[in-house]
Amino acid sequence: MNSVRVFFIGGLTSYRALFGWLSPWVFVPSLLVAPIFQILLFVYIGRSAQLESDEFYVIGNAIQYAAVPCLFAMTHLVAGERFQQTLGYILITPAKRLPLFVGRALPVVTNGFFVSAFALLVGGAVVGIDVPTSAWAPIALAAAVSAFACTGLGLVTAGLGLVVRETSVLANIIFGLLLVFSGSNVPIEHLPRWMQVVSAGIPFTHGIAAVRGLADGDGLADAWGLIGTEALIGVVYGTIGYALIRGAEFLGRRHATLDRA
Amino acid sequence: MRRSLRLLGLGWLFHMKMLSQSWFNMLLELVWPVFFATVAFFMFRAGDDPKPLLYASLGAAAMGIWSTTSTAAGNSLARERWHGTLELLVAAPASFPLVLLPTTIAMASIGVYGMAATLLWGWLVFGIELTIASPLAFALAIPATVLSIGALGFLLAIAFVRFRQAWALGNMLEYPVWLISGFLVPLALFPGWVWPLSWALAPTWGVDAIREAALGGSAWTEICLALGLGGLYVAVGVLLVRRALEAARSKATLALS
Repeated sequence: MNSVRVFFIGGLTSYRALFGWLSPWVFVPSLLVAPIFQILLFVYIGRSAQLESDEFYVIGNAIQYAAVPCLFAMTHLVAGERFQQTLGYILITPAKRLPLFVGRALPVVTNGFFVSAFALLVGGAVVGIDVPTSAWAPIALAAAVSAFACTGLGLVTAGLGLVVRETSVLANIIFGLLLVFSGSNVPIEHLPRWMQVVSAGIPFTHGIAAVRGLADGDGLADAWGLIGTEALIGVVYGTIGYALIRGAEFLGRRHATLDRA
Repeated sequence: MRRSLRLLGLGWLFHMKMLSQSWFNMLLELVWPVFFATVAFFMFRAGDDPKPLLYASLGAAAMGIWSTTSTAAGNSLARERWHGTLELLVAAPASFPLVLLPTTIAMASIGVYGMAATLLWGWLVFGIELTIASPLAFALAIPATVLSIGALGFLLAIAFVRFRQAWALGNMLEYPVWLISGFLVPLALFPGWVWPLSWALAPTWGVDAIREAALGGSAWTEICLALGLGGLYVAVGVLLVRRALEAARSKATLALS
């Protein structure tokens, strides 16, 4: 019961306390306005390059922009404890580590999904794309799974954030890599072969492909394979991230370097 | 006049050194525009009209100048406030705008590293050869762009002085300015109501000047417009900062917002 409490209440409290993202002065410009302009930027580049339809870029960027809340939030929710000098207090508690850290991921996934959904709805309305109403529920599922997968990657950056100092820079670089490799703006078949291999193993690639298929009239049955792969990628990254965090905790205790990076 | 120029020059040098201290941060300044350039290069190469690759390369290269300025400049006064140095800078006998302006110009100057990295990346990986039709105009267009974007950053820093989370507002402006200043997209693609907004932005003329100088047009008008708008931003910024400081002094709210 205590683990469930740590999972839900601890996760939500740390999210609100550490981030302050409930402040509209950060939330609105960073997570609601910026994704719309990222969509518009690539829609117009796409029109100039005469490559794909507007819908292609709206979906790609709306789903990919979940990387901002998922990577930054997850990284700061763990590594930010060091900055606030609360990491030591958390790690001396008897609370089980799995609900402690994974609980912090739940609000992040929810927030990432919300940002994607908002960008998809508003960006789609601004640009004027046509998605059948029947596709919205499966698209929401694919978007949520994509946010989950990226939060798994966020756990990895959180683990790395316990050993490097510049966590924001790290999250920005991973955001950029996801922009290039995930197929959000360039059809995967136009990428070099080695990049296609990388694409297959990162968050968003399968989620974006699933959403594009659903928007074009595929049924949920057709998208299950892609959604399932996206979920599996999230589980793999989440497991690696959790192992990294535990490893960093172990090293921090052993070398008395918990508050140092 | 000489003392003011010395203050501007030393302030610029001092902030360049400070901004260059973190190698991790410098790495981000180098690779951030490269990510967007890479996506744009793939898009233009795969698209039906592959001719604008050099056009995109020059625009993407200049994107770094704005991205190093927008967030950092928006946040520059808030950062001084956090460090507890804002009161000292305001109380110093030196004119406050002369202290702040080199900060934002230094931020824009750091973007030149990203510009070089993007052009090099485009050449090495995508085979985009940079042929400069007018080297003199090109050599002048780059500092003109840096100065005008630094001046825009100065105006943002002052406009956001009352916002505690000014970095988020500065960060929000990164994409819109990239978009409507025509860094990667010709202005002709936008609706007519966007054009006056684009023309009022110095980066529009700066990036145009860089392109014209490289591709063989006349860049002198664009260079003058970029510098002229930059001067206008500084003048408006100086007026605003005086009013803001007077209000902060009379209400004792300099450290609080």
